[in-house]
Amino acid sequence: MSPTEVLRLDRISKRFGALLANDDLSLALRAGEVVALLGENGAGKTTLMNVLFGQYVADGGTITAFGQPLPPGNPRAALAAGIGMVHQHFTLADHLTVLENILLGTRSLWSPSLDLGAARVRVVQLADQFGLAVDPGARVGSLSVGERQRVEILKALYRDARILILDEPTAVLTPQEADALFATLRKMVADGLSIIFISHKLHEVMAIADRCLVLRHGKMVGDVATAATSPDALAAMMVGGEVHRPKVAAGVAGPALMRLEAVTTPDREGAPGLKAASLSLHAGQITGIAGVSGNGQAALSDILSGLAAPASGRLMLGEAPAPARWTPAGALSAGVGRIPEDRHKTGTIADFTLTENAVLETHARAPFSRKGWMDWRAAADHASAIIAKYDVRCPGPEARIRLLSGGNMQKLILGRVLEAAPGVILANQPVRGLDIGAIAYVHGQLLAARDRGAAVLLISEDLDEVMQLSDVIHVMSEGRLTPPLPRGAATMAELGLWMAGEGFDHAA
Amino acid sequence: MSALWEILLAASFWAAAIRIASPLIFATMGELICERAGVLNLGIEGIMVMGAFTGWFAVYLGLPLWLGVAVAFGSGMAFGLLHGILTVPFGLSQHVVGLGITLLATATASFTYRLALPEVTSPPRIEPFQPWPIPGLSQIPFFGEALFSQTPLTYAAFVTAALVAWVLMRTPLGLAIRATGENPAAAAAQGLSVTGLRLGAVVVGSGLMAVGGAFLTLSAFSSFFFDMVNGRGWICIALVVFGAWRPGKAVLGALLFAAFDALQVRLQQTPLGAVLPYQLFLALPYLLSILALVLMSRRAEVPQALMSPYNKGER
Repeated sequence: MSPTEVLRLDRISKRFGALLANDDLSLALRAGEVVALLGENGAGKTTLMNVLFGQYVADGGTITAFGQPLPPGNPRAALAAGIGMVHQHFTLADHLTVLENILLGTRSLWSPSLDLGAARVRVVQLADQFGLAVDPGARVGSLSVGERQRVEILKALYRDARILILDEPTAVLTPQEADALFATLRKMVADGLSIIFISHKLHEVMAIADRCLVLRHGKMVGDVATAATSPDALAAMMVGGEVHRPKVAAGVAGPALMRLEAVTTPDREGAPGLKAASLSLHAGQITGIAGVSGNGQAALSDILSGLAAPASGRLMLGEAPAPARWTPAGALSAGVGRIPEDRHKTGTIADFTLTENAVLETHARAPFSRKGWMDWRAAADHASAIIAKYDVRCPGPEARIRLLSGGNMQKLILGRVLEAAPGVILANQPVRGLDIGAIAYVHGQLLAARDRGAAVLLISEDLDEVMQLSDVIHVMSEGRLTPPLPRGAATMAELGLWMAGEGFDHAA
Repeated sequence: MSALWEILLAASFWAAAIRIASPLIFATMGELICERAGVLNLGIEGIMVMGAFTGWFAVYLGLPLWLGVAVAFGSGMAFGLLHGILTVPFGLSQHVVGLGITLLATATASFTYRLALPEVTSPPRIEPFQPWPIPGLSQIPFFGEALFSQTPLTYAAFVTAALVAWVLMRTPLGLAIRATGENPAAAAAQGLSVTGLRLGAVVVGSGLMAVGGAFLTLSAFSSFFFDMVNGRGWICIALVVFGAWRPGKAVLGALLFAAFDALQVRLQQTPLGAVLPYQLFLALPYLLSILALVLMSRRAEVPQALMSPYNKGER
């Protein structure tokens, strides 16, 4: 073992039934090094990290941290050995304060006091040292996503972590917040900490990592210095072949099919409503909405899909105002197709079959319903057609949809929407959590729908995705929309400033 | 109106309110601990019956009063352990298990009572806790009689509430319990055992519920009746909501309910009692509790993981 090596995973294997999630994986980490762990969903990244963390017991292999073997299946031992993890889905309790969340589990359960005063001093000092500004007394529920992530990092630092694992840390950040995170990470590395950075955003990996490890189907398929590789080469390693990204040519704008004219809606459950938002969705164009989620995207998609009506301002369908009673059924019959933000909660009903899910929106109409009776054969035929045409991998139309992977679920939703030939397609986070192949497929289908003359609204947190696909971009911040920015009119940094809420006073 | 003032200004009225509140405080603290850890314990009503019976029976068989309290606590812990094993590691429905425990505990208490005392016609009596005026404090006019001339078990109820509040809000153990009820994954990620914490909370909480029941036989009355708990367990569940899962507020709620209960008994003896049916007075504390619940619970922060079993393997 070299003197600076801090962590060694040696020949780790982990099997779940027939699936070999980790196949003889080895990994070494040195002090002051940033290693990126790359791979598609299901490649085994999370399993490997859970083995390292003691949440799973490996079937074979050993882990050595700072020269000491780490006992398998013991999260406490991993924490005690100085390994900290920032999960993609934060493990914070919203109703507790920042300080309480940080202190959780750091003292013996039987000690008589939490000693909040001393802990606060230490948290503030760590926050200063690494540039992680956050109020220790604030409730976590009232913090922004970026601040919550800082709390997670502080949690690890408070426990004297010397190895930090970050799982998709930038997925929810603005570009500026991501830059601040990178600055923090560089300070940690300068301080001698080591970092494992799990991501699928290749340009970030190129910016922060010293070395890239690539997993595919549970095997280690690449271990390269970042300086000696390129994003395309890494992507090819991840999928095991060339990636066919859809070619994006500019769309040909037709008439406006749907317009918002200075629409305002009330705030709801802590999420802002729309603030005098104006927007035109033109046939043959993809209109992208960039912004960190929770800035009014939900209100925007509710308005367009008929779940809410404007409090003031007007919603126009073509040249006519939308009916006074604007409902989801009304939106559907006006030709609005919806790909909801959360495919599990609102996009599908988990315990319904693919057939039932395929006709959720159209079950009350011919041919699926005749004189008030369901025609299940027609519904099953429809589902089978979608399964074949959109390449939905599933046991069959009568399988419950909860058995499907996210990508296949999304393909069914996509088929349900596109087969109705909608004039307007509302795509809210259409590729969140999908792997590269499925992303390329969904993007290709949206572009094809656009080229057939549909007006597509693409709401996404992923600025790369918005910039790549959109003919026109609006940035959303606290319920406000920027004026339309044509393709190429703004740089990523400029969009990032809008996302952070700067510049609206002059424009509005 | 003057009759009302007369009631409210009597020290005996407040002494009664505090006495009536005591069993509610024990059981409410027990339920609050369970719910803060994320487990709704609907076994409370039956566990109180069990505590009332076992505590009384132990003393009836010749044990000293404080050992009777300990026996009640132990019996509550036993039923709590059963509830905890079924709801925490096995993750069964907390509603079904809780109601099942209530039926089982109530029936077991009644059955054992009948089995042990088959031939009694009037319930046998024991010598209950006597008032224990605190030297000095009990001499203070009005407050001395209202607050400091209670039985030891009443003082214990208030000490217990203070202890529960301190442990929950000020110690690492309490923080771990609260985190388990808010986001068990957060607790597990810090190396804490969610199963152990929840099981411990349900066992200790159930013990306190049983002591609340034992208060009825060992301090308030001197015999055991089948229907003596009479829905107090359900009231305690409402009091936890009323108190927004905070020990201090829950104690206030218990005092409020008890005060209305003491008030209605006294109102029945005023001229009003001759006019209105007495059932209306009996319903008064419940009606006012419902009203207070509606007003108070709007902004309450429910523990976010309440009633959701935690399964380590799931993501």
